[in-house]
Amino acid sequence: MTGHPTTPDRRLFLRTSTAAGIGVLLGSTRFLSAADQRIVMGFVYSGPKNDLGYNQAHWQGKQTLASLPYVRAIDEANIDETNDVEESMRNMIHMDGAKVIFGTSYGYLDPYMLRLARECPDVQFFHCGGSYREGVDPPNLGVYFGFIDEVEYLAGMAAGSMTKSGLLGFVAAKPIPQVLRNINSYMLGARSVHPTVAMKVVFTGDWVLPVREAEAASSLADQGADVLTGHTGSPRVIVQVAERRGIWATGYQFDQSLVAPHRFLTGAEWSWGVVYRQYAEMIHAGRSVTAGTIPRRMTGMLKDGFCRLSNFGPAVPFDVRASILDAQQQLIHGTRAIYQGPLRDNKGRVVVPAGKTISISDTALDRMNWLLEGIDGEVGSL
Amino acid sequence: MSRSSFLPSRKTLESFAIPVGAFLLSMILFGAFCTLWGAPFLSVFSSIYRAGFGSWYAWQNSLLRAAPLMLCALCTALPARAGIITVGNEGAFVVGGLACAVAGLWTQAAPAWVSLFAMAVAGAIAGGVWIASAAALQHYRHVNAVISSLLLNYIAIACMLQLVEGPLRDPESLNSPATRAIIPAHQLGHLFHSRVHWGIVFSVVASLLSWLFLDHTVWGMKLKIVRGNRRAATLIGLPTGALILTASFLGGAAAGLAGMVEVAAVQGRAGHAIAAGYGYVGILVAFLARQSPLRIIVVSLILGAVVASGGGLQRDLDLPDASIAVFEGIVFLLILASEALYGRFTWFEEKELSDATL
Repeated sequence: MTGHPTTPDRRLFLRTSTAAGIGVLLGSTRFLSAADQRIVMGFVYSGPKNDLGYNQAHWQGKQTLASLPYVRAIDEANIDETNDVEESMRNMIHMDGAKVIFGTSYGYLDPYMLRLARECPDVQFFHCGGSYREGVDPPNLGVYFGFIDEVEYLAGMAAGSMTKSGLLGFVAAKPIPQVLRNINSYMLGARSVHPTVAMKVVFTGDWVLPVREAEAASSLADQGADVLTGHTGSPRVIVQVAERRGIWATGYQFDQSLVAPHRFLTGAEWSWGVVYRQYAEMIHAGRSVTAGTIPRRMTGMLKDGFCRLSNFGPAVPFDVRASILDAQQQLIHGTRAIYQGPLRDNKGRVVVPAGKTISISDTALDRMNWLLEGIDGEVGSL
Repeated sequence: MSRSSFLPSRKTLESFAIPVGAFLLSMILFGAFCTLWGAPFLSVFSSIYRAGFGSWYAWQNSLLRAAPLMLCALCTALPARAGIITVGNEGAFVVGGLACAVAGLWTQAAPAWVSLFAMAVAGAIAGGVWIASAAALQHYRHVNAVISSLLLNYIAIACMLQLVEGPLRDPESLNSPATRAIIPAHQLGHLFHSRVHWGIVFSVVASLLSWLFLDHTVWGMKLKIVRGNRRAATLIGLPTGALILTASFLGGAAAGLAGMVEVAAVQGRAGHAIAAGYGYVGILVAFLARQSPLRIIVVSLILGAVVASGGGLQRDLDLPDASIAVFEGIVFLLILASEALYGRFTWFEEKELSDATL
């Protein structure tokens, strides 16, 4: 190569390639010195970290671990419920030394996390939702979930207090028990302050379908609903439609007040940080789900801080706020019940007989397949 | 100017320096992009390096991803030697995977080697026919193969989804519809107790065979003539159509085989997850390697490491999950743009230059 005059282009090429080469070399040494004693906890989400919904709620929960000096929390977002989950989690274990893995999406458990838990018996796996089959599933696996019904009840109170038309609109992903519980709790909250209130429910069919959610929300507004809410991956779009149409909205999963500064009332949101800190503290104390010193199933409700009410929007009058906060205290102290008979479904069937009260943590509610009277919607419809 | 010399001429150096330069420039741009997101410039590359080549575990990750990339790159490189540009890699990959699943389920009762052979042949034929049809459309009906093969990708994915959600659906696959699983005894095994499967062997062998046939046989020479001037090739009596279709079929067969490996070694079944984008990255590999099968082996390894490092960038540096796609995008753009630079650098001219030109 010598002997030929160098053109500026070639010089530039050499300069850049040398710089990049040195960069790679320098950079790779950075990790060699890391003798980190912290517990590595890995989180995997199925959607983006900034969805203003379910995934962001988990990410925010993971972020709260930053204040614990003995934890290093790492995460990967947008991981499909495919082999990719297994790959991501395996990388966290083998490349970052993760000892604890949290899978936050329902489809991660079977078969991916089950398989990996058997492959890595020293690592503890925790899955959000689902159930553990004693004697079948690997011992180093636990599940966690929260009962957010009570918060939906409180958000329903806000909706019932603010509606003028007496019609609420609910956009929901799928008619599965977890969603039906929220719809019915919301209705009961609204009815507690507005006994004649009615509600229309539209099922979109899947967790993240922003276009369909927007269409459903618009059509509910067209039909006269003046408070909208939803149970989808993120009801962001539904709340946005309410703001645009000049009607009210309550949020779910995460605080959505950002997208509806005028029209947002309140909402039911998760506090996964509380859950993740509990896990971190237990693991730091040397406990493990394998040894049985961490509960196989961690569940909690309002009083446990697993979920919370979003801050009130500016439009909510003070007397409404006061009555909702009163109700919150009653729920926390167990002096107010949500599912108190007699309750009928929208086909006229008695679902909770008179004199009977079902507690929120009662597993009977996990088999819910009905919508209360006053709710226009079909459980079997998509 | 002839390119047929086997000695490393200045032309060969040029076809090495330009893509490498473009790749390095895209690294710098990507580093700058990540710096904007708050990640230190150098740590981006150390993170990629660590996730791609930093340990034997990381090497396995890269090899696992390099295997489908090599085969998918051949899907663009082989037809390109006959003057057909196809971007139907993803479609061929998907139909290959689907055909493999069907063949695997049909031959459940057969011995493992029969079943594996059937799966490989089915995958290769499906992928081959897929790409050959795009080439046939161009050769006989003058439909641009870039467009038709791109559209064939969507058709392939739509057909696959239709089948796995309908007639081929395993009733137990609730969360993500997929075919029933190929029985474990019939799945493609791993190499020497590692996580790396036989796909990497298929890929390297296919690349070496392609190199042998393209660069060292009369058939390869004939393809070059067809690429150079199709009319002239016809006039001197070459079976132009047959040559183009064969090259395209073989290219498609490579991508189909990659789909077979994905189903038979990785996923165990065909579902929406098999359309994971290996086909598209394969196009990038082919262009970076300038359609040379030997270079495809090296480039696949590098891009395999890049693909494998997507998660590492998130975990180490808190970069967004789409960062690695941004990197691939920058590389693709610069590689395509660098095509215009050939012949622009005087140093690479074959003949000695007089000092007067500088």
